[in-house]
Amino acid sequence: MRIFDPHAHMTSRTTDDYEAMAASGVKALVEPAFWLGQPRTSVGSFVDYFNSLLGWERFRAAQFGIRHHCTIGLNPKEANDDELRRGVLEILPRFLAKDGVVAVGEVGFDAMTAAEEEALVAQLEMAHEHDLPVLVHTPHRDKAAGTKRTIELVAASSIDPERVLIDHNNELTVAEVKESGCWAGFSIYPNTKMDEHRLVRVLEEHGTDKMIVNSACDWGISDPLKVAKSAAAMRSAGFDDNEIDKVVWRNPVELFAQSGRLILDELGERDLAATFEGNTLLRGERA
Amino acid sequence: MTSPDRLLDPEALWPPLEERATPEGIAWLRESIDEIAADPTAIRTRFPMAGRKVGREPLDPDADPEDVHAWTIDDAARTLMLAALGDRVTDELDELYRFGDGAERRGLLRALPYLPLGDRALDLTDDAIRTNDTRLLAAALGPYATAHLDDAGYAQAVLKCVFSGVPIAPLDGIPERVTPDGSRMLAAFVHERIAAGRDVPAEVWIVIDRHPPQDELRAIESELESPFNDRRRAAERALAGRAAGDGDASKARTQATN
Repeated sequence: MRIFDPHAHMTSRTTDDYEAMAASGVKALVEPAFWLGQPRTSVGSFVDYFNSLLGWERFRAAQFGIRHHCTIGLNPKEANDDELRRGVLEILPRFLAKDGVVAVGEVGFDAMTAAEEEALVAQLEMAHEHDLPVLVHTPHRDKAAGTKRTIELVAASSIDPERVLIDHNNELTVAEVKESGCWAGFSIYPNTKMDEHRLVRVLEEHGTDKMIVNSACDWGISDPLKVAKSAAAMRSAGFDDNEIDKVVWRNPVELFAQSGRLILDELGERDLAATFEGNTLLRGERA
Repeated sequence: MTSPDRLLDPEALWPPLEERATPEGIAWLRESIDEIAADPTAIRTRFPMAGRKVGREPLDPDADPEDVHAWTIDDAARTLMLAALGDRVTDELDELYRFGDGAERRGLLRALPYLPLGDRALDLTDDAIRTNDTRLLAAALGPYATAHLDDAGYAQAVLKCVFSGVPIAPLDGIPERVTPDGSRMLAAFVHERIAAGRDVPAEVWIVIDRHPPQDELRAIESELESPFNDRRRAAERALAGRAAGDGDASKARTQATN
Protein backbone atom coordinates (compact mmCIF):
# COMPACT_ATOMS: atom_id res chain seq x y z
CA MET A 1 0.00 0.00 0.00
CA ARG A 2 1.21 3.49 -0.83
CA ILE A 3 0.25 6.37 1.42
CA PHE A 4 0.39 10.13 0.90
CA ASP A 5 -0.19 11.84 4.26
CA PRO A 6 -1.39 15.31 3.25
CA HIS A 7 -1.11 16.83 6.72
CA ALA A 8 1.69 15.94 9.15
CA HIS A 9 3.64 18.38 11.35
CA MET A 10 6.88 16.43 11.22
CA THR A 11 8.92 19.21 12.84
CA SER A 12 7.35 17.99 16.10
CA ARG A 13 7.99 14.29 15.47
CA THR A 14 10.94 11.98 15.97
CA THR A 15 12.94 9.82 13.59
CA ASP A 16 11.15 6.80 15.10
CA ASP A 17 7.95 8.28 13.69
CA TYR A 18 9.50 8.69 10.24
CA GLU A 19 10.69 5.09 10.37
CA ALA A 20 7.26 3.78 11.42
CA MET A 21 5.48 5.92 8.82
CA ALA A 22 7.74 4.62 6.04
CA ALA A 23 7.12 1.05 7.22
CA SER A 24 3.34 1.68 7.16
CA GLY A 25 3.54 2.70 3.49
CA VAL A 26 4.00 6.49 3.64
CA LYS A 27 6.03 7.52 0.57
CA ALA A 28 5.20 11.21 0.52
CA LEU A 29 3.70 13.77 2.84
CA VAL A 30 2.82 17.44 3.16
CA GLU A 31 3.78 19.42 6.24
CA PRO A 32 1.56 22.47 6.55
CA ALA A 33 2.98 25.55 8.24
CA PHE A 34 1.05 26.11 11.45
CA TRP A 35 1.63 27.41 14.95
CA LEU A 36 3.95 25.65 17.37
CA GLY A 37 1.80 25.49 20.50
CA GLN A 38 3.58 28.55 21.85
CA PRO A 39 3.02 31.91 20.13
CA ARG A 40 5.94 33.39 18.19
CA THR A 41 6.76 37.02 18.78
CA SER A 42 8.80 38.02 15.73
CA VAL A 43 8.74 37.65 11.96
CA GLY A 44 12.25 36.21 12.11
CA SER A 45 10.89 33.16 13.94
CA PHE A 46 8.59 32.54 10.97
CA VAL A 47 11.47 32.88 8.50
CA ASP A 48 13.48 30.28 10.41
CA TYR A 49 10.43 28.01 10.66
CA PHE A 50 9.64 28.25 6.95
CA ASN A 51 13.30 27.60 6.15
CA SER A 52 13.32 24.50 8.29
CA LEU A 53 10.21 23.21 6.47
CA LEU A 54 11.98 23.79 3.14
CA GLY A 55 15.39 22.48 4.10
CA TRP A 56 16.04 20.52 7.25
CA GLU A 57 12.72 18.69 7.45
CA ARG A 58 12.94 17.71 3.78
CA PHE A 59 16.40 16.29 4.46
CA ARG A 60 15.22 14.38 7.53
CA ALA A 61 12.30 12.84 5.64
CA ALA A 62 14.52 11.84 2.72
CA GLN A 63 16.67 9.77 5.06
CA PHE A 64 13.65 7.50 5.48
CA GLY A 65 12.73 7.47 1.81
CA ILE A 66 9.82 9.88 2.29
CA ARG A 67 9.22 12.85 -0.02
CA HIS A 68 8.53 15.91 2.09
CA HIS A 69 6.52 18.82 0.73
CA CYS A 70 5.09 21.75 2.65
CA THR A 71 2.48 24.44 2.62
CA ILE A 72 3.44 27.97 3.60
CA GLY A 73 1.10 30.46 5.20
CA LEU A 74 0.12 32.48 8.25
CA ASN A 75 -2.06 30.45 10.60
CA PRO A 76 -5.21 32.02 12.11
CA LYS A 77 -4.05 32.00 15.73
CA GLU A 78 -0.98 34.10 15.08
CA ALA A 79 -2.81 36.23 12.49
CA ASN A 80 -4.38 37.94 15.50
CA ASP A 81 -1.05 39.58 16.36
CA ASP A 82 -1.18 42.77 14.27
CA GLU A 83 2.55 43.17 13.86
CA LEU A 84 3.07 39.53 12.91
CA ARG A 85 0.15 39.58 10.48
CA ARG A 86 1.61 42.50 8.56
CA GLY A 87 5.18 41.23 8.70
CA VAL A 88 4.49 37.62 7.78
CA LEU A 89 2.11 38.48 4.92
CA GLU A 90 4.90 40.68 3.54
CA ILE A 91 7.51 37.89 3.41
CA LEU A 92 5.17 35.12 2.20
CA PRO A 93 5.58 35.74 -1.56
CA ARG A 94 9.29 34.97 -1.29
CA PHE A 95 8.45 31.52 0.11
CA LEU A 96 5.47 30.81 -2.13
CA ALA A 97 7.84 30.70 -5.11
CA LYS A 98 9.74 27.69 -3.73
CA ASP A 99 9.92 24.16 -5.08
CA GLY A 100 8.04 21.66 -2.95
CA VAL A 101 5.63 24.34 -1.70
CA VAL A 102 2.41 22.70 -2.84
CA ALA A 103 -0.20 25.00 -1.30
CA VAL A 104 -0.83 28.11 0.78
CA GLY A 105 -1.73 27.08 4.31
CA GLU A 106 -2.78 26.43 6.95
CA VAL A 107 -5.01 29.46 6.71
CA GLY A 108 -8.55 29.85 8.07
CA PHE A 109 -10.36 30.63 11.27
CA ASP A 110 -9.60 29.97 14.92
CA ALA A 111 -11.75 32.40 16.93
CA MET A 112 -13.55 34.00 13.97
CA THR A 113 -11.98 37.45 14.40
CA ALA A 114 -11.72 40.26 11.85
CA ALA A 115 -7.93 39.86 11.84
CA GLU A 116 -8.25 36.17 10.97
CA GLU A 117 -10.62 37.00 8.13
CA GLU A 118 -8.27 39.67 6.79
CA ALA A 119 -5.36 37.20 6.75
CA LEU A 120 -7.48 34.48 5.14
CA VAL A 121 -8.77 36.73 2.36
CA ALA A 122 -5.28 38.09 1.64
CA GLN A 123 -3.83 34.58 1.45
CA LEU A 124 -6.58 33.26 -0.83
CA GLU A 125 -5.53 35.99 -3.28
CA MET A 126 -1.84 35.13 -2.86
CA ALA A 127 -2.66 31.51 -3.69
CA HIS A 128 -4.37 32.67 -6.87
CA GLU A 129 -1.36 34.84 -7.81
CA HIS A 130 1.13 32.02 -7.21
CA ASP A 131 -1.05 29.42 -8.89
CA LEU A 132 -1.22 27.31 -5.71
CA PRO A 133 -3.95 25.29 -3.99
CA VAL A 134 -5.02 26.29 -0.48
CA LEU A 135 -5.18 24.24 2.72
CA VAL A 136 -7.81 25.65 5.06
CA HIS A 137 -7.92 24.85 8.76
CA THR A 138 -11.39 24.90 10.33
CA PRO A 139 -11.87 25.93 13.94
CA HIS A 140 -12.24 23.46 16.77
CA ARG A 141 -14.88 25.66 18.42
CA ASP A 142 -17.97 26.79 16.51
CA LYS A 143 -16.77 24.59 13.65
CA ALA A 144 -19.97 24.66 11.60
CA ALA A 145 -20.10 28.48 11.51
CA GLY A 146 -16.37 28.72 10.75
CA THR A 147 -16.66 26.23 7.91
CA LYS A 148 -19.68 28.05 6.46
CA ARG A 149 -17.88 31.42 6.52
CA THR A 150 -14.79 29.82 4.96
CA ILE A 151 -16.87 28.51 2.08
CA GLU A 152 -18.43 31.96 1.54
CA LEU A 153 -15.00 33.59 1.40
CA VAL A 154 -13.66 30.99 -1.04
CA ALA A 155 -16.68 31.57 -3.27
CA ALA A 156 -16.08 35.34 -3.17
CA SER A 157 -12.35 34.98 -3.97
CA SER A 158 -10.55 34.49 -7.30
CA ILE A 159 -9.63 30.93 -6.43
CA ASP A 160 -11.29 27.85 -7.92
CA PRO A 161 -12.90 25.66 -5.18
CA GLU A 162 -11.33 22.66 -6.98
CA ARG A 163 -8.02 23.93 -5.60
CA VAL A 164 -9.17 24.30 -1.99
CA LEU A 165 -8.88 21.65 0.71
CA ILE A 166 -11.04 22.35 3.76
CA ASP A 167 -9.62 20.31 6.60
CA HIS A 168 -10.66 18.84 9.95
CA ASN A 169 -14.19 17.97 8.84
CA ASN A 170 -16.67 15.98 10.90
CA GLU A 171 -20.09 14.40 10.35
CA LEU A 172 -21.81 17.78 10.44
CA THR A 173 -19.61 19.75 8.00
CA VAL A 174 -18.87 17.27 5.23
CA ALA A 175 -22.05 17.70 3.17
CA GLU A 176 -21.68 21.45 2.90
CA VAL A 177 -17.98 21.25 2.01
CA LYS A 178 -18.59 18.71 -0.75
CA GLU A 179 -21.43 20.80 -2.13
CA SER A 180 -19.09 23.81 -2.34
CA GLY A 181 -16.79 22.01 -4.78
CA CYS A 182 -13.88 22.07 -2.29
CA TRP A 183 -12.00 18.95 -1.17
CA ALA A 184 -12.90 17.57 2.26
CA GLY A 185 -10.10 16.63 4.65
CA PHE A 186 -10.42 14.43 7.74
CA SER A 187 -7.84 14.53 10.52
CA ILE A 188 -7.89 11.21 12.29
CA TYR A 189 -6.97 11.64 15.93
CA PRO A 190 -6.69 9.22 18.86
CA ASN A 191 -9.55 10.77 20.87
CA THR A 192 -10.94 13.93 19.40
CA LYS A 193 -11.51 15.37 15.92
CA MET A 194 -12.44 12.18 14.08
CA ASP A 195 -11.48 8.52 14.40
CA GLU A 196 -11.03 5.91 11.68
CA HIS A 197 -14.32 4.13 12.37
CA ARG A 198 -16.32 7.35 12.15
CA LEU A 199 -14.38 8.12 8.96
CA VAL A 200 -15.50 4.82 7.46
CA ARG A 201 -19.15 5.71 8.18
CA VAL A 202 -18.66 9.13 6.54
CA LEU A 203 -17.10 7.50 3.45
CA GLU A 204 -19.94 4.98 3.26
CA GLU A 205 -22.47 7.80 3.37
CA HIS A 206 -20.71 10.42 1.20
CA GLY A 207 -18.49 8.35 -1.11
CA THR A 208 -14.74 8.67 -1.74
CA ASP A 209 -14.71 11.49 -4.30
CA LYS A 210 -12.60 14.46 -3.15
CA MET A 211 -12.19 12.90 0.29
CA ILE A 212 -8.77 13.16 1.91
CA VAL A 213 -7.47 11.54 5.09
CA ASN A 214 -4.57 12.73 7.21
CA SER A 215 -2.94 12.12 10.58
CA ALA A 216 -2.40 15.82 11.35
CA CYS A 217 0.22 14.51 13.76
CA ASP A 218 1.87 17.32 15.69
CA TRP A 219 3.13 18.17 19.19
CA GLY A 220 -0.17 17.19 20.80
CA ILE A 221 -1.66 13.75 21.39
CA SER A 222 -1.75 12.39 17.86
CA ASP A 223 -0.70 9.34 15.88
CA PRO A 224 1.41 9.48 12.69
CA LEU A 225 0.10 6.05 11.64
CA LYS A 226 -3.56 7.11 11.50
CA VAL A 227 -3.70 7.10 7.69
CA ALA A 228 -2.54 3.47 7.62
CA LYS A 229 -5.05 2.67 10.38
CA SER A 230 -7.80 4.38 8.37
CA ALA A 231 -6.92 2.25 5.36
CA ALA A 232 -7.14 -0.85 7.56
CA ALA A 233 -10.55 0.25 8.88
CA MET A 234 -11.73 0.82 5.29
CA ARG A 235 -10.56 -2.67 4.35
CA SER A 236 -12.40 -4.24 7.32
CA ALA A 237 -15.55 -2.41 6.26
CA GLY A 238 -15.31 -3.91 2.76
CA PHE A 239 -13.73 -1.11 0.69
CA ASP A 240 -11.53 -2.60 -2.06
CA ASP A 241 -7.86 -1.79 -2.77
CA ASN A 242 -8.76 0.62 -5.52
CA GLU A 243 -11.04 2.72 -3.27
CA ILE A 244 -8.45 2.70 -0.50
CA ASP A 245 -5.68 3.77 -2.89
CA LYS A 246 -7.92 6.56 -4.14
CA VAL A 247 -8.42 7.95 -0.63
CA VAL A 248 -4.90 7.52 0.79
CA TRP A 249 -2.91 8.28 -2.38
CA ARG A 250 -4.61 9.41 -5.58
CA ASN A 251 -6.90 12.04 -4.08
CA PRO A 252 -4.22 14.02 -2.24
CA VAL A 253 -1.83 13.63 -5.19
CA GLU A 254 -4.47 14.99 -7.56
CA LEU A 255 -5.19 17.96 -5.32
CA PHE A 256 -1.56 18.96 -4.72
CA ALA A 257 -0.41 18.15 -8.26
CA GLN A 258 -2.38 21.25 -9.25
CA SER A 259 0.57 23.20 -7.83
CA GLY A 260 2.85 21.69 -10.49
CA ARG A 261 5.39 21.30 -7.68
CA LEU A 262 4.91 17.83 -6.28
CA ILE A 263 8.16 15.90 -6.43
CA LEU A 264 7.25 12.23 -6.73
CA ASP A 265 9.65 11.15 -9.47
CA GLU A 266 12.14 8.38 -8.73
CA LEU A 267 9.65 6.85 -6.30
CA GLY A 268 9.07 3.98 -8.67
CA GLU A 269 5.39 4.94 -8.91
CA ARG A 270 5.13 4.57 -12.65
CA ASP A 271 1.35 4.46 -12.76
CA LEU A 272 1.25 8.04 -11.57
CA ALA A 273 2.25 9.12 -15.01
CA ALA A 274 -0.73 7.34 -16.49
CA THR A 275 -3.05 8.92 -13.96
CA PHE A 276 -1.80 12.44 -14.48
CA GLU A 277 -0.85 12.64 -18.12
CA GLY A 278 2.88 12.36 -17.86
CA ASN A 279 5.13 13.04 -14.90
CA THR A 280 5.99 16.53 -16.07
CA LEU A 281 2.88 17.38 -14.08
CA LEU A 282 4.46 15.89 -11.00
CA ARG A 283 8.03 16.98 -11.31
CA GLY A 284 7.78 20.37 -12.87
CA GLU A 285 5.50 22.70 -14.69
CA ARG A 286 1.93 21.97 -15.45
CA ALA A 287 1.36 21.33 -19.13
CA MET B 1 44.95 31.79 1.38
CA THR B 2 45.28 35.53 1.08
CA SER B 3 46.21 35.42 -2.60
CA PRO B 4 43.79 37.15 -5.00
CA ASP B 5 40.83 35.07 -6.09
CA ARG B 6 41.41 32.73 -8.97
CA LEU B 7 37.84 32.35 -10.09
CA LEU B 8 36.49 29.32 -11.87
CA ASP B 9 34.92 30.05 -15.23
CA PRO B 10 31.12 29.65 -15.23
CA GLU B 11 31.11 29.34 -19.04
CA ALA B 12 32.51 25.82 -18.56
CA LEU B 13 29.13 24.81 -17.11
CA TRP B 14 27.22 25.44 -20.34
CA PRO B 15 28.28 22.37 -22.38
CA PRO B 16 27.26 19.75 -19.77
CA LEU B 17 24.12 21.73 -19.00
CA GLU B 18 23.10 21.93 -22.66
CA GLU B 19 23.61 18.21 -22.90
CA ARG B 20 21.39 17.43 -19.90
CA ALA B 21 18.60 20.04 -19.78
CA THR B 22 15.69 20.36 -22.19
CA PRO B 23 15.77 23.12 -24.84
CA GLU B 24 12.91 24.81 -22.96
CA GLY B 25 14.93 24.68 -19.74
CA ILE B 26 17.96 26.21 -21.45
CA ALA B 27 15.81 28.91 -23.07
CA TRP B 28 14.30 29.75 -19.68
CA LEU B 29 17.79 29.95 -18.14
CA ARG B 30 19.13 32.25 -20.87
CA GLU B 31 16.10 34.50 -20.52
CA SER B 32 16.61 34.55 -16.72
CA ILE B 33 20.27 35.44 -17.08
CA ASP B 34 19.45 38.35 -19.42
CA GLU B 35 16.82 39.58 -17.02
CA ILE B 36 19.16 39.30 -14.01
CA ALA B 37 21.94 41.12 -15.85
CA ALA B 38 19.51 43.98 -16.52
CA ASP B 39 17.87 43.94 -13.08
CA PRO B 40 19.71 42.15 -10.24
CA THR B 41 16.57 41.87 -8.12
CA ALA B 42 15.06 39.53 -10.72
CA ILE B 43 17.22 36.77 -9.23
CA ARG B 44 14.99 36.74 -6.13
CA THR B 45 12.16 35.03 -8.00
CA ARG B 46 14.23 33.26 -10.69
CA PHE B 47 16.62 31.54 -8.28
CA PRO B 48 13.97 29.42 -6.49
CA MET B 49 12.44 28.29 -9.81
CA ALA B 50 15.60 26.72 -11.28
CA GLY B 51 14.80 23.17 -10.15
CA ARG B 52 11.38 22.92 -11.71
CA LYS B 53 12.31 24.90 -14.84
CA VAL B 54 15.71 23.45 -15.73
CA GLY B 55 15.94 20.14 -13.82
CA ARG B 56 17.12 18.50 -10.63
CA GLU B 57 18.94 15.40 -11.84
CA PRO B 58 22.72 14.95 -11.57
CA LEU B 59 24.62 17.09 -14.09
CA ASP B 60 26.79 14.09 -14.90
CA PRO B 61 24.42 11.42 -16.28
CA ASP B 62 26.64 8.69 -14.82
CA ALA B 63 26.67 10.15 -11.32
CA ASP B 64 24.80 8.45 -8.49
CA PRO B 65 21.84 10.67 -7.50
CA GLU B 66 22.62 9.80 -3.86
CA ASP B 67 26.21 11.11 -4.17
CA VAL B 68 26.30 14.24 -2.02
CA HIS B 69 29.23 15.56 -4.07
CA ALA B 70 27.54 15.26 -7.45
CA TRP B 71 26.53 18.56 -9.02
CA THR B 72 22.93 18.77 -10.15
CA ILE B 73 21.45 20.52 -13.15
CA ASP B 74 19.91 23.19 -10.93
CA ASP B 75 23.25 23.77 -9.18
CA ALA B 76 24.78 24.66 -12.55
CA ALA B 77 21.79 26.82 -13.52
CA ARG B 78 21.95 28.71 -10.23
CA THR B 79 25.70 29.23 -10.57
CA LEU B 80 25.18 30.82 -13.99
CA MET B 81 22.44 33.07 -12.59
CA LEU B 82 24.69 34.25 -9.77
CA ALA B 83 27.58 34.81 -12.17
CA ALA B 84 25.26 37.02 -14.24
CA LEU B 85 25.09 39.43 -11.29
CA GLY B 86 28.78 40.29 -11.78
CA ASP B 87 30.08 42.66 -9.11
CA ARG B 88 26.57 43.19 -7.79
CA VAL B 89 26.44 39.64 -6.45
CA THR B 90 27.19 40.84 -2.90
CA ASP B 91 23.94 42.86 -2.88
CA GLU B 92 21.83 39.71 -3.26
CA LEU B 93 23.87 36.79 -1.94
CA ASP B 94 23.12 36.92 1.80
CA GLU B 95 19.36 37.27 1.29
CA LEU B 96 19.28 34.46 -1.27
CA TYR B 97 20.94 32.21 1.28
CA ARG B 98 18.75 33.44 4.14
CA PHE B 99 15.54 32.75 2.20
CA GLY B 100 16.86 29.74 0.31
CA ASP B 101 15.55 26.20 0.60
CA GLY B 102 17.95 23.24 0.78
CA ALA B 103 18.51 23.09 -2.98
CA GLU B 104 18.97 26.85 -3.35
CA ARG B 105 21.52 26.95 -0.55
CA ARG B 106 23.38 24.00 -2.06
CA GLY B 107 23.51 25.69 -5.48
CA LEU B 108 24.66 28.95 -3.94
CA LEU B 109 27.46 27.28 -1.98
CA ARG B 110 28.64 25.45 -5.09
CA ALA B 111 28.68 28.75 -7.00
CA LEU B 112 30.99 30.58 -4.57
CA PRO B 113 34.31 29.80 -6.32
CA TYR B 114 32.85 31.26 -9.54
CA LEU B 115 32.01 34.62 -7.97
CA PRO B 116 34.09 37.73 -7.20
CA LEU B 117 33.58 37.62 -3.44
CA GLY B 118 36.95 37.44 -1.74
CA ASP B 119 36.31 36.14 1.76
CA ARG B 120 32.93 37.90 2.06
CA ALA B 121 30.92 34.67 1.87
CA LEU B 122 32.71 32.95 4.75
CA ASP B 123 29.70 33.50 7.04
CA LEU B 124 27.65 31.41 4.62
CA THR B 125 30.09 28.51 4.42
CA ASP B 126 30.42 28.62 8.22
CA ASP B 127 26.63 28.41 8.54
CA ALA B 128 26.43 25.48 6.13
CA ILE B 129 29.21 23.62 7.92
CA ARG B 130 27.28 24.03 11.19
CA THR B 131 24.20 22.29 9.76
CA ASN B 132 23.68 18.54 9.81
CA ASP B 133 22.46 18.47 6.21
CA THR B 134 25.07 16.37 4.41
CA ARG B 135 24.46 17.95 1.00
CA LEU B 136 25.04 21.44 2.39
CA LEU B 137 28.13 20.27 4.23
CA ALA B 138 29.54 18.74 1.03
CA ALA B 139 28.65 21.81 -1.06
CA ALA B 140 30.27 24.16 1.46
CA LEU B 141 33.61 22.38 1.20
CA GLY B 142 34.39 23.12 -2.43
CA PRO B 143 37.23 25.26 -3.81
CA TYR B 144 35.92 28.34 -2.00
CA ALA B 145 36.47 26.66 1.37
CA THR B 146 39.87 25.40 0.22
CA ALA B 147 40.89 28.96 -0.51
CA HIS B 148 39.32 30.76 2.44
CA LEU B 149 38.72 28.59 5.51
CA ASP B 150 41.39 28.82 8.17
CA ASP B 151 43.29 25.67 9.16
CA ALA B 152 41.30 24.95 12.32
CA GLY B 153 38.00 25.47 10.51
CA TYR B 154 39.03 23.24 7.64
CA ALA B 155 40.20 20.43 9.94
CA GLN B 156 36.97 20.58 11.97
CA ALA B 157 34.89 20.48 8.78
CA VAL B 158 36.73 17.40 7.50
CA LEU B 159 36.20 15.66 10.83
CA LYS B 160 32.51 16.57 10.70
CA CYS B 161 32.28 15.05 7.22
CA VAL B 162 33.64 11.72 8.44
CA PHE B 163 31.37 11.91 11.47
CA SER B 164 28.26 12.52 9.35
CA GLY B 165 29.09 10.17 6.49
CA VAL B 166 30.15 12.64 3.80
CA PRO B 167 32.96 11.09 1.71
CA ILE B 168 36.14 13.17 2.15
CA ALA B 169 38.33 11.88 -0.70
CA PRO B 170 36.42 13.99 -3.28
CA LEU B 171 36.81 17.21 -1.25
CA ASP B 172 38.68 19.87 -3.17
CA GLY B 173 41.18 20.56 -0.39
CA ILE B 174 42.10 16.93 0.30
CA PRO B 175 44.93 16.20 0.85
CA GLU B 176 46.55 19.62 0.29
CA ARG B 177 44.75 21.39 3.13
CA VAL B 178 45.44 18.69 5.72
CA THR B 179 47.52 19.98 8.64
CA PRO B 180 49.28 17.94 11.34
CA ASP B 181 46.45 18.84 13.69
CA GLY B 182 43.89 17.65 11.13
CA SER B 183 45.69 14.31 10.84
CA ARG B 184 45.84 14.00 14.62
CA MET B 185 42.16 14.79 15.18
CA LEU B 186 41.03 12.26 12.62
CA ALA B 187 43.35 9.56 14.01
CA ALA B 188 41.95 10.22 17.50
CA PHE B 189 38.46 9.87 16.06
CA VAL B 190 39.40 6.57 14.41
CA HIS B 191 40.68 5.29 17.75
CA GLU B 192 37.42 6.32 19.39
CA ARG B 193 35.43 4.41 16.77
CA ILE B 194 37.61 1.30 17.12
CA ALA B 195 37.20 1.38 20.91
CA ALA B 196 33.44 1.33 20.27
CA GLY B 197 33.84 -1.65 17.93
CA ARG B 198 32.72 0.47 14.97
CA ASP B 199 34.02 0.97 11.43
CA VAL B 200 35.57 3.91 9.64
CA PRO B 201 35.81 4.51 5.89
CA ALA B 202 39.22 3.58 4.44
CA GLU B 203 39.60 7.11 3.05
CA VAL B 204 40.41 8.44 6.55
CA TRP B 205 44.00 7.27 5.94
CA ILE B 206 44.45 9.84 3.17
CA VAL B 207 44.17 12.48 5.88
CA ILE B 208 45.85 10.62 8.74
CA ASP B 209 48.89 9.57 6.71
CA ARG B 210 49.46 13.07 5.39
CA HIS B 211 51.13 13.84 8.74
CA PRO B 212 51.22 10.50 10.62
CA PRO B 213 50.52 11.24 14.32
CA GLN B 214 52.68 8.79 16.24
CA ASP B 215 50.82 8.73 19.57
CA GLU B 216 47.40 8.20 18.03
CA LEU B 217 48.70 5.56 15.60
CA ARG B 218 50.26 3.66 18.48
CA ALA B 219 46.97 3.82 20.33
CA ILE B 220 45.13 2.46 17.28
CA GLU B 221 47.65 -0.37 16.82
CA SER B 222 47.43 -1.29 20.51
CA GLU B 223 43.73 -2.06 19.92
CA LEU B 224 44.93 -5.13 17.99
CA GLU B 225 45.84 -6.54 21.43
CA SER B 226 42.59 -5.51 23.08
CA PRO B 227 41.05 -8.11 25.43
CA PHE B 228 37.73 -7.38 23.70
CA ASN B 229 37.01 -9.24 20.51
CA ASP B 230 34.93 -6.48 18.89
CA ARG B 231 37.68 -3.90 19.44
CA ARG B 232 40.37 -6.20 18.03
CA ARG B 233 38.24 -6.91 14.97
CA ALA B 234 37.44 -3.21 14.49
CA ALA B 235 41.16 -2.38 14.66
CA GLU B 236 41.96 -5.09 12.12
CA ARG B 237 39.33 -3.80 9.73
CA ALA B 238 40.44 -0.17 10.11
CA LEU B 239 44.12 -1.00 9.58
CA ALA B 240 43.29 -3.26 6.63
CA GLY B 241 41.78 -0.15 5.01
CA ARG B 242 45.11 1.60 5.57
CA ALA B 243 47.10 -1.19 3.94
CA ALA B 244 44.72 -1.33 0.96
CA GLY B 245 45.20 2.37 0.30
CA ASP B 246 49.03 2.18 0.27
CA GLY B 247 50.61 3.43 -2.92
CA ASP B 248 47.23 4.44 -4.24
CA ALA B 249 46.23 8.06 -4.43
CA SER B 250 42.62 6.85 -4.05
CA LYS B 251 41.38 10.31 -4.67
CA ALA B 252 38.18 9.55 -6.46
CA ARG B 253 36.91 12.95 -7.42
CA THR B 254 33.51 13.09 -9.01
CA GLN B 255 33.69 14.30 -12.57
CA ALA B 256 31.30 17.15 -11.97
CA THR B 257 33.58 18.87 -9.47
CA ASN B 258 36.41 19.04 -11.95
